[in-house]
Amino acid sequence: MTGLNAIELEDVVKEYLSHGEVVQAVKGVTLDIAEGEFFSLLGPSGCGKTTTMRMIAGFEEPTKGLVKLHGQDVTNVPPNKRDVNMVFQSYALFPHMSVWDNVAFGLKQKKTPQDEIKRRVGEMLEIVDLTGREKRRPREMSGGQQQRVALARALVNRPRALLLDEPLGALDLKLRQAMQIELKRIQREVGITFVYVTHDQSEALTMSDRIAVMNDGLVEQLASPREIYERPATGFVAGFIGTSNLLTGTAVGGVLKVGDSRVLVPGHDGDVTVTVRPEKIAIGTEEPAPEMSVVRGTVTEVVYLGTYNSYAVRLSDSTDGTVITVFQQNAHDATATAERGDSVWLSWQARHSYVIGS
Amino acid sequence: MKRLTPYLLVLPSWIWLAIFLVVPMAAMASVSLQTGNAIDGFAMTFSFSNYGDALSRYSTQLLRSLLYGGLATVAMMLIGYPVAYWIAFRGGRRKSMYLFLLLLPFFVSFVLRTISWNFLLADNGILFGTLKGWGLLPEGFHVLATTFAVVGGLTYNFLPFMILPIYVALERVDPRVVEAAQDLYATRGAAFRRVVLPLSLPGVFAGVLMTFVPATADPINAAILGGTSNTMIGNIIQTEYLTNLNYPTASALSFTLMAVLLVGIFVYARVLGTENVLEAAAR
Ligand SMILES: Nc1ncnc2c1ncn2[C@@H]1O[C@H](COP(=O)(O)OP(=O)(O)OP(=O)(O)O)[C@@H](O)[C@H]1O
Ligand SMILES: [Mg+2]
Repeated sequence: MTGLNAIELEDVVKEYLSHGEVVQAVKGVTLDIAEGEFFSLLGPSGCGKTTTMRMIAGFEEPTKGLVKLHGQDVTNVPPNKRDVNMVFQSYALFPHMSVWDNVAFGLKQKKTPQDEIKRRVGEMLEIVDLTGREKRRPREMSGGQQQRVALARALVNRPRALLLDEPLGALDLKLRQAMQIELKRIQREVGITFVYVTHDQSEALTMSDRIAVMNDGLVEQLASPREIYERPATGFVAGFIGTSNLLTGTAVGGVLKVGDSRVLVPGHDGDVTVTVRPEKIAIGTEEPAPEMSVVRGTVTEVVYLGTYNSYAVRLSDSTDGTVITVFQQNAHDATATAERGDSVWLSWQARHSYVIGS
Repeated sequence: MKRLTPYLLVLPSWIWLAIFLVVPMAAMASVSLQTGNAIDGFAMTFSFSNYGDALSRYSTQLLRSLLYGGLATVAMMLIGYPVAYWIAFRGGRRKSMYLFLLLLPFFVSFVLRTISWNFLLADNGILFGTLKGWGLLPEGFHVLATTFAVVGGLTYNFLPFMILPIYVALERVDPRVVEAAQDLYATRGAAFRRVVLPLSLPGVFAGVLMTFVPATADPINAAILGGTSNTMIGNIIQTEYLTNLNYPTASALSFTLMAVLLVGIFVYARVLGTENVLEAAAR
């Protein structure tokens, strides 16, 4: 640890001119990424993840702002002079080179001695489990193998940071999950800073030390996965990460009250938006204890999902027909607590409500 | 019947080939072995000596054709590659317009285009005449009737056939692959040498085939721009056939040229086979 951040973005803006119109792809992003961290950029399509990444790699020059690597301003340094390597969304392997030559490319460009190239490429291919496939061409390999070549090609240079742009996007679910574990293992092994772009929230949650949730060219929240899941900073984050229920209303003396419903928001007054995760909510037909947050509603849908049931409950006390999603574990038996059309009570502990932005 | 279907489907193309390629070739092969003259008629004598005679008489022109064709091909490569590169990577939204401009001269007849060069390059024509008038060129300066004029004409006339295949190959190079090279510490020049150039070599290969063969066999440029001392094999064949009515010699020369070109192409493909080219470039 040097105490310096691996990557810093200071109020970075990127504008494109497209058909004579200025498009702001990134509207002012500030980030610090620590040494050795697994950092994810998460957000919907078109929110500016790739653009942000390309500015770190040096393929795009920011319209405004600074890019620093290890404390050094590299805003105007070309990509071949930056000590970071990129794994492209489509891998971008050299189609005319063997696996070995692909992986050795960076070391050759850096004029590394022959015997060292030989040793390091060999070691790297072992790490990504491609020993014995050195002579193959990229097109003779499966998607997962190509992905590992791309990873090896970047990692073999021992960059200060590795940038991965949706590297698992093209893989099927099973391979994806296997590669997630693999990537995490490799990152622990080599101890390099990973910047990981994805629009898959579960991928970001399971793999990252910290996540920046982006929306429309801005970072909405930058925090640990737990923090982002439990304490979303904005309604957008709450909605984007997992299934989340949003309740809005006016709180008086720490209680948001409509009809028989009461949502406890200690210490809050005035207009609030509250989120509560579906798995925190209990569903029942009897009135719950008074210290709980309670809402009443009618079951509109029950979906059996194997390990749990998912209920959609339309609130009877809300005028805009808010629907709350509830997950109930099938811990005891598979029969549902409530059927479609049943009138039910939903309850959860006060600490499981989270007032957005607080 | 099912098993025959594929063969039936290719039948029309086989008939086409038979009528328009095999039959005329066989006829020409037979003529090339006959003796006689236009007045008394020709008779089949299997005189293979026709080939030896034709070759010994016209070896200068044959070698000159190969030299001019080769020089023009190299010139087209040197001019065509940058043009193709520029259109593919810098053309932006106007790519199709540039390609159209490239093909525009084809709307004018080949002969007419070449004659216009004759006009342009004339010793006292609009270009050199004017420059000589200003005293910028010596009075004796001339370009017409030189090697330069013929090779220049060939280069001009066949250039699009070099550019198009190279363009197609470059167009297919994924820009992200080039970025990947730069990301892996390659300078712009190194990224070009190690990635763009090797990936475009199949296009260059195709371009050379498409230009070298017609340029070597072309009679028009030498006739219009070359004067009397730059005769190429195409002119000889034409003269033997149309003026001297010496069909056997003309046929023998045609076959010789074809054989030389085929052997050349074969050697070229073996030495520079695309796969090998790529292999070498990856080192
Ligand atoms: N070269 C360009 N010219 C014009 N606009 C661009 C350019 N590149 C990106 N944009 C725009 O900038 C915005 C952000 O693009 P970016 O590629 O960073 O999104 P992303 O978050 O990576 O999306 P995805 O998840 O789909 O890959 C988009 O609206 C896109 O249309
Ligand atoms: Mg992207």
